[in-house]
Amino acid sequence: MNRRMVIGWATAALVLGLSSVASAEEPPIKIGMSMPQTGGLAGGGKASLLGIEIWRDDINARGGLLGRKVELVVYDDKSSASETPALYAKLLDVDKVDLLFAPYGTVPTAPILPLVKQRGLLLMGNFSFQVNHKVHHDMWFNNAPWGPADSWATGFLTLGQKAGGKTMALLSADQEFAQNLARTAREVAKKLNIPVVYDQAYPPSTVEFSSIVRALNAAKPDIVFVASYPPDSAGILRAVNEIGVGDNVKILGGAMVGLQFAQVMENMGSLLNGVVNYNTWLPEPSMYFDGTKAFFEKYTKRAIEAKVDPLGYYIAPYGYAMGQMIEQAVNATKSLDQKGLAKYLRENTHKTIVGPITYADDGEWKQSVTLEAQFRGIKDKNMDQFRQPGKQVILFPDNLKTGELVAPFEAARK
Amino acid sequence: MFSIELLRDAVVLGVLLGCFYAAVSIGLSISFGLLDVPQVAHPAFLVLASYGVYLLNDSYDIDPIVAGVMIAPLFFLLGVITYRLYYETFERRGTDAGVRGIAFFFGVAFIIEVLIILQFGVDQRSVTASYIGKAWRIGDLRIPIRQLVAFAVAIGLTVLLATYLSRTFMGRAIRAVAQDEEGLRLMGANPVRIKQFAFGIATAVLGVAGALLIIIAPVEPTLDRVYIGRTFCVVVMAGLGSISGTLIAAIILGVSESIVLTMFGASWAPAISFALLLGVLAVRPQGLLGR
Repeated sequence: MNRRMVIGWATAALVLGLSSVASAEEPPIKIGMSMPQTGGLAGGGKASLLGIEIWRDDINARGGLLGRKVELVVYDDKSSASETPALYAKLLDVDKVDLLFAPYGTVPTAPILPLVKQRGLLLMGNFSFQVNHKVHHDMWFNNAPWGPADSWATGFLTLGQKAGGKTMALLSADQEFAQNLARTAREVAKKLNIPVVYDQAYPPSTVEFSSIVRALNAAKPDIVFVASYPPDSAGILRAVNEIGVGDNVKILGGAMVGLQFAQVMENMGSLLNGVVNYNTWLPEPSMYFDGTKAFFEKYTKRAIEAKVDPLGYYIAPYGYAMGQMIEQAVNATKSLDQKGLAKYLRENTHKTIVGPITYADDGEWKQSVTLEAQFRGIKDKNMDQFRQPGKQVILFPDNLKTGELVAPFEAARK
Repeated sequence: MFSIELLRDAVVLGVLLGCFYAAVSIGLSISFGLLDVPQVAHPAFLVLASYGVYLLNDSYDIDPIVAGVMIAPLFFLLGVITYRLYYETFERRGTDAGVRGIAFFFGVAFIIEVLIILQFGVDQRSVTASYIGKAWRIGDLRIPIRQLVAFAVAIGLTVLLATYLSRTFMGRAIRAVAQDEEGLRLMGANPVRIKQFAFGIATAVLGVAGALLIIIAPVEPTLDRVYIGRTFCVVVMAGLGSISGTLIAAIILGVSESIVLTMFGASWAPAISFALLLGVLAVRPQGLLGR
């Protein structure tokens, strides 16, 4: 080996060494978001964040995105809509994040949508409901299985009608989210020719539901659609159990928020039997896709440490799926260009642990995968029973169905 | 929709609901009604007591009412300490103590709320007992047993407190401090000590009331905000410091709410308490049984 060759090899080694140093020093890809970690939405916010963190750890273990590590920049928005505009401005202007995820929930998300639209940025939504309805941002992709706005009511009322239900009672909390659902329930009932014989919006400060349930009972409905919030859901079910809703009721439930969370389900125990309610993921055979089982194994271990919902069915896998969609878009376009990523997300179907996801023009899922499931054989004070299949039998949609509705409601409760 | 059966049920359920309102308001009737302390943290103490009951029920399977009685002495101490702090920092310093006292008790309420969140998280909690979730049938009328328990406890508390305040030496001293603090001082008694003791009793009662709160419905850390308006409304409508008036005012409120919820539309229910309050104050500015 002559001196010239030695110098040549040395130079090559130096260049290679420098380039590998440069690669190792590539800055991370920053994904910014606010997340409710205190306040009313904290339960869901913490579980959602854990799902996203598990994805971050998985992708970094595989070498990151575009050869760069993924870093999350997260602030607590205290479940408040007044906090999020300033936090997202900070994420963009001070932290200089590369991509944005929305906070969990409709209320904290609504005020940041105009901001991202104005700046022409991609925003991955996180379980909000119809926030893009008036803003019409074409780079908004809501990560929630709701689909069209009337999907919740359609699934429930169709089941009720098939079970022989001819009239409907509608009981809803007097606040925006529940009222939006109540409005669509009235529209769907009209389409299905189901007269509404009882329609009441109760104030959020209601503490005792016995009188309301007694009045509902007197209207003798066949279908009872309830759009309630967590403390009310428990109060309504207690009153239903004590006062009764009558033998003519075929199906009861629909949109009761809270009955998806481990603590509430454990507290309610056998009172849940027979109730048909919406959900987003359940441990039923039809709900497992590539990576779902592995995700829940990791989640179950980390949930104890993070003091979040020990089951995590409602929202956590969707946090992971949000990361998976971004991963697929970045890998396919080989860039972080927001318009390119949005185009990819809009035009393709994405494989995730919650199933394939395709977006409609308004940024919502093209097809609703909002489940309607019936609680069966639930015992008191037992959290682990909810990990077994058969405790929440999926009745709707048809492609994920794992059983038939047991009706009437009084029979299903036994 | 109107029927005699529906009206009957609404009245029965309303009486039971009213007794529950009386139980959660009766402590305030002493602290605000008799002692003139702006105790806006009253519902926060109530929620705190519910969490104490939850802890005993969940960990040791103790009946909620028994648990409420068990924590009452602790709440008595808590009341004594809170009043002393309020007295030393605000009441003894001047005439605008009342206004500044409201700020003090709002602060206490927020601290309690944050402590509950840190310790228990934001999830709702409930208790188990043999009488929760069951109903007593009389013909076609169904009465939730948990509400009957609330009814019995409220009546018991009212009788006990009314007897204590009218028949015992200390009870009469508490009434005296409410009427003429200076006169009591001239008699050689220490009004601050009496008020401190009375505030302790008002807070101890919340131990049992907190048990009723969590028996009636699950609790969460911010639940105090739902009760602040209702409890003050009951106490003012009753006539400040009237224990039996508190029971009567709470039953009127409960029955009115129940009838509105059943027959006229649930949305109107929150307006009922304040409409009743305005109506009563217009006719009797001193409240139903106030002097």
